Amino acid sequence: MSLLTPDPGLLFWMLLCFLIVAFILGKWAWPAIVGMIEERGNYIEESLKKADEANAALAGIKAENERLAAEAKNERVEMLKEATRLKEKIIEDAKTQATAEANKIIENAKESIQLEKDNAVKEIRSQVAELSVNIAERIIRGELKSNESQIDMINKLLDEVNIAKS
Amino acid sequence: MSQSIDTNKVGKIGKIVFGILLVILGFLGVAAFVFHSDKEKELNIKEMIFGHVQDAYNWHITTIGDKHVSISLPCIVYGQNGLDVFSSSRLGHEGHYTEYNGYKIAEEGNYAGKIVEVATGNRPWDFSITKNVVSLLISCALLLIIFLSIAKKYKSNGFCKPTGLQAILEPLIVSLNDDIIKPSVGKNYKKFTWYLLTVFFFIFINNLLGIIPIFPGGANLTGNIAITLVLAAITFLLTNIFGTKAYFLDIVWPKVPTLLKAPLPIMQFIEFLGVFTKPIALCIRLFANMFAGHVMVLVLVGLIFVFSQLNVGAGLGFSVVSVLLVVFMSLLECLVCFIQAYVFTTLSALFIGMAQVEEEEE
Repeated sequence: MSLLTPDPGLLFWMLLCFLIVAFILGKWAWPAIVGMIEERGNYIEESLKKADEANAALAGIKAENERLAAEAKNERVEMLKEATRLKEKIIEDAKTQATAEANKIIENAKESIQLEKDNAVKEIRSQVAELSVNIAERIIRGELKSNESQIDMINKLLDEVNIAKS
Repeated sequence: MSQSIDTNKVGKIGKIVFGILLVILGFLGVAAFVFHSDKEKELNIKEMIFGHVQDAYNWHITTIGDKHVSISLPCIVYGQNGLDVFSSSRLGHEGHYTEYNGYKIAEEGNYAGKIVEVATGNRPWDFSITKNVVSLLISCALLLIIFLSIAKKYKSNGFCKPTGLQAILEPLIVSLNDDIIKPSVGKNYKKFTWYLLTVFFFIFINNLLGIIPIFPGGANLTGNIAITLVLAAITFLLTNIFGTKAYFLDIVWPKVPTLLKAPLPIMQFIEFLGVFTKPIALCIRLFANMFAGHVMVLVLVGLIFVFSQLNVGAGLGFSVVSVLLVVFMSLLECLVCFIQAYVFTTLSALFIGMAQVEEEEE
């Protein structure tokens, strides 16, 4: 039956046409189409990846900003605390210093008072001594108007010196 | 938003128009047959069917009354008097064959319907541009126009959104390339894409042209064994020319228990047979599927005349059923057109891929 026997003419035309079409399409159509589809796929994939990366970077920047803000806030609080602490310390220091100064002044005052007192006592003593010498001189002068009494006196004094020497 | 609604509307209208067209075409076909059968009272369904599914020297479009509307095609033969080129109209038409230049169309015998030498009854070398060859040329031209224009579009603005034909064919090309060719053939797939993509679209477009009932469709090209034989032969050649050493080694010395291959080469024989049966199966499958589809449609139409021979009422009544069945069959054929192209491409890719095996390292 001719249904199952291939006709040589048709075989020839088919082979010729199909090979020409396959050659032309294989050279100018398929590489261009498939290549461009692949290229576009890669491009889209890459773009998506880049967008993801950009998003991630953006999120990172946001987090960093938040972190920095929180840090700044903490620092401010810390600084305020520190300032308060410093103020208190200064006041405390000033207080202790003032107390010390006052104590010192009081001490000095006490010392100088003591000194003055001592000086006064000394002066009084010397004046008393002078006064008593003067009194004694006057008394002696009055007693020694006669010669005998003068010699008595000298002797007495010499004795005293001797006793002291021996 | 509005655009998508518009495309939906267009799609719906398109579907309705397509449906109506199919039904009208069905009735037109029936009408043509009715005219035909009125003239020739004797009904020969078998001849009618084979006349439609086989090759012819002229492209018969319709017959109105006594007048045959057909396109005469050039006959190119190389025989007793050397090269001869003449119009097929010189050989007459069905039922009224005439002799020309020592050639005639045989009415019976092995060469029925083919040009033979009058004197000897032998077949000359026949390179006539027959109905199938014209259909082949039309489909090749369509393929070139469609894919070269798409390729141009890709080259000029490949990063843009695909439009028109490009948008329709891109998913097909991508799925063929990524889901069939790449996984089936393996890492050398780029060497075979030219063939596999071309063969898919060649079969697909010819299948579709085949189910259009009027000119320029209707030639049963992919249901012709010569066409499928060439395609299968190319697959066979590509498989074996580019086959690896491991592939041939597996045929000569397969990895099976020694008794199966040593004294008697049983496995070798089976493997060697397999090399040829695979492409032959490809050839027969495509041919038989498309041929059977055409025959089914023709049989359903022919049933009308079988019934109308019984009586006119039965013929009219059955024509409604028959048209519905033909519409259903045509829609089914649309599916088969794609499936057969897909199957041929997938199996070709698989056969080529099997011959691309590398030496297994163990």
